[in-house]
Amino acid sequence: MLSCKETIRLLSQGADRKLGFGERVALRVHLAICDGCRNVNAQFKFLRLAVKSLSQDGHKEKSA
Amino acid sequence: MRDTAAAEDAVQETLLAALAGEANFAGRSNLRTWLTGILKHKIVDTIRRQSHEQPVSEFDAQSETAEFDAQFDRRGHWEKPPDAWEQPEGALGQKQFLAALEACLRAPPERNARVFMMREHLGLETSEICKELEITATHCWVILHRARMSLRLCLGKNWFEKT
Repeated sequence: MLSCKETIRLLSQGADRKLGFGERVALRVHLAICDGCRNVNAQFKFLRLAVKSLSQDGHKEKSA
Repeated sequence: MRDTAAAEDAVQETLLAALAGEANFAGRSNLRTWLTGILKHKIVDTIRRQSHEQPVSEFDAQSETAEFDAQFDRRGHWEKPPDAWEQPEGALGQKQFLAALEACLRAPPERNARVFMMREHLGLETSEICKELEITATHCWVILHRARMSLRLCLGKNWFEKT
């Protein structure tokens, strides 16, 4: 069983490299039973989206 | 890019490179894609030069690790399992949120922020980042993970958990 610390490290790496089958299974198992890590996973995903959407001009509002 | 002057230089150099290489443009279907490619390389070059000029101090690396380790108990489980953020997508349209996000992105340690932006904003692959900054893939992943953890903590503290 992965610890939470190992889990979120793997979640991070999953954004940067292809995870192995065993790694993905271990992640799924842990996320299924751990609210904290599930929440962090969602937060990581949101942050990725937010940073990607930053305009080159800085924090000017995106026009509709 | 942290430094406005450096950013301006990068843009200028891009335009100059584009003009100088005009002969190469003939036949390229998309000027914008081509220019963006040049700009990305200029930005990466500038970041690489800056990161060589400002080595990460031992102290930075250690205090970072201490902050992350404190979130877990001896067996590696959360001391306090994080709560979900309420409807974070709603924050994306708010100017103050974007300002808070930018402030968190500018927080030290600088090198983490730069590597993070190269990956998440410029969309460079890990292998490209490693090559440009001359670090190993493992080192790169460690930096990216720390950057994500810092960013998460920072935004949590300064936005989502504020009453």
